[in-house]
Amino acid sequence: MPSGVPLAIFLLPFFSFIVISFIIRPFLNSKPQLSGYITTASIGTSLILSLWVLAEVSSAPGHVLSMPDYEWLAIGDTVIRFGVTVDALAAIMLIVVTSVSLLVQVYSQGYMHGDPGYSRYFAFMSLFTAFMLGLVLADNLVSLYVFWEGVGLCSYLLIGFWFHRPAAARAATKAFLVTRIGDFGFLAAILFLYSKTGTFDIGELHHLALAGAIGGTVLTWAAIGIFSGAIGKSAQFPLHTWLPDAMEGPTPVSALIHAATMVAAGIYLVARMFPVFASSLTAVTTVAAIGGFTAIFAATMALVMNDIKRVLAYSTISQLGYMMLGLGVVGIGVANDAIPLEVGLGLGVAVGIFHLFNHAFFKSLLFLGAGSVNHATGTFDIREMGGLRKVMPWTYITFLIGSLSIVGIWPLAGFWSKEGILDHAWDHQTALFFLAMITVFMTAFYMFRVVFLTFAGEYRGSNAGHSGASAHAPSLRESPLVMVAPMGILAILAVISGWLPVSSFLGGESESFFGALAHPIAWVSMVLAALGILLAYALYSAKWLSSESLRRRFAPLHTLFSRKYWIDELYERVIVVRVLVDGIFVLLNWFDTRIVDGIVNGIAGGTIVAGKGIRRLQTGQLQAYGIAIFVGVLAIVACFLIFG
Amino acid sequence: MTVGLEHFLILSAILFSIGLYGALAKRNAVVILMSIEIMLNAVNIAMVAFSRYGHLITGQVFAIFIMVVAAAEAAVGLAIIIAIYRSRETVDVEKFDLMKW
Repeated sequence: MPSGVPLAIFLLPFFSFIVISFIIRPFLNSKPQLSGYITTASIGTSLILSLWVLAEVSSAPGHVLSMPDYEWLAIGDTVIRFGVTVDALAAIMLIVVTSVSLLVQVYSQGYMHGDPGYSRYFAFMSLFTAFMLGLVLADNLVSLYVFWEGVGLCSYLLIGFWFHRPAAARAATKAFLVTRIGDFGFLAAILFLYSKTGTFDIGELHHLALAGAIGGTVLTWAAIGIFSGAIGKSAQFPLHTWLPDAMEGPTPVSALIHAATMVAAGIYLVARMFPVFASSLTAVTTVAAIGGFTAIFAATMALVMNDIKRVLAYSTISQLGYMMLGLGVVGIGVANDAIPLEVGLGLGVAVGIFHLFNHAFFKSLLFLGAGSVNHATGTFDIREMGGLRKVMPWTYITFLIGSLSIVGIWPLAGFWSKEGILDHAWDHQTALFFLAMITVFMTAFYMFRVVFLTFAGEYRGSNAGHSGASAHAPSLRESPLVMVAPMGILAILAVISGWLPVSSFLGGESESFFGALAHPIAWVSMVLAALGILLAYALYSAKWLSSESLRRRFAPLHTLFSRKYWIDELYERVIVVRVLVDGIFVLLNWFDTRIVDGIVNGIAGGTIVAGKGIRRLQTGQLQAYGIAIFVGVLAIVACFLIFG
Repeated sequence: MTVGLEHFLILSAILFSIGLYGALAKRNAVVILMSIEIMLNAVNIAMVAFSRYGHLITGQVFAIFIMVVAAAEAAVGLAIIIAIYRSRETVDVEKFDLMKW
């Protein structure tokens, strides 16, 4: 394989961005559909090249291809090299990013049809895909950080795509600022590691960490700093607040960036730096604890949301928590020497990334389904939907497959990776295992709550009464083929992606097709999932139980969940307004006006006062000066005579 | 009694002191100018006396220079005094306080 292929995978979408921004947008604005075609074509080519890379990697010894790197920056003695990593992890991520991105671009041509910002949309999408591919290929922390911030920028631009809506503009700013808090820790960790080891190269850092050349405390702090970047990007507690708000962006953006790829960058980062994490028990325990807690914490909020995209957003946070949990528990096993190091490093990456791989397909499918529903009904509120199964059969079937997959029903994709995580959690961290099990039940409940409220029963939308007796209102119809086809392909992937030998390719183990059913944990989780589905059916479809009375019985909990634990209020009203604006900023303002300005003004004032005093000596009377000179001369002469 | 160097120097010192007193104590600008002339001439006497008793021509040359400077100073000084008198109608130096704070 020519060494330019991985670079071409990254550069093609980038050139697409350049062409759209500098040629199509200024000169061919009357033909915006060209932007969509160019983006789709470039990402499609990237997908083909990625498949080539995957084939090469799988036949290479150790699943690693060595690639040349180039000198990028030389600052004094510090030389930053720019190169690409092509190993199993990168190859899998390339496939995930290019395939989901390609399908989302196709879908977007239907979803964004007629939008005045059509070209701008595809320019940003191209740029995002390029940065995401660069992030995956980066072989050192500096270039990784550059692409890391690049995807953050594109996320900002696309969340705020409809910037004339204040909510979208605010959500974009919020996403940018909240992730920045985590990125600060990431940057600090990069510089800290560099100051201790003198290298940015990820491969070298792996060797140093495994050889014990980096001190334990240094390693722990560096890993936690890197993890704080992952917390921000992957919307883990306590920096999860931006992701639900990010749903203000166009739905395909949510599917690509906020479900499949960018939010998974945090998982990818931890997986990429896994040897560093696995060398510190504190670091992996933090990863597992944050992941496990976030999984159940976000799931509780997903139970009560009425906005279909917000349910999916909390579900994404929860599933990302699962991935962190998977990485963390295997890391705990490695750090405790329960798993041999040479097995554990591959296994941890496999457990986390396998779920990322499956999640990318079924979650982007669910988002595209939500977008399709929105395309027909014009709302995201599930209370105003219902009965769409009849008018949107394809959307219904694909959404149902996605839901079954995320819930973890055998033999759909979500089952395989979720079982892996649960198994390892049981082996290495029992407390988090129970949290994860409860989350399985919640996941089933909230997903099927959405399914039943959206697709079952009768249409409850505002235009149901006006335009005919039934749900078959003129505006309610299945989305065009350009939108349904990507959903169909993703639905197939959401079924079969778990059967692919991704896990063993990454260095873990793969279950045999029926062998997985021999595990009791698999049965327990599926029974819990079935109970969740049954409860959702009882409440929202069969109406055996009244959801209203259930809500009244658990009113405090319901309020707690639907107000998102008041965390937004805590951050905005307490931390930002009380602590920062009313507290620290007042103090800093006082310091600035009184101390910093005070010193300058004090010096000026003192000079003026002293000048006012001293100028009285200057009488302007020539004779007075003369006397002074005369007395002075006398004094000098006297001194001369006396001390001579 | 022969007249020696010290007599010239005493004369010079007396004249210089009179001139200095006049320059510092008088209010009339013309008188101050005259006092400065007395001081300059007192110095001239000392210069010429040193030249005579020290057998050096330098003192006499210096005296010539001082006379030239004194003439120029008198011309410029008087011109300034006349200009001030025209604008302020006084030559009292204590009234010349425009540059004062």
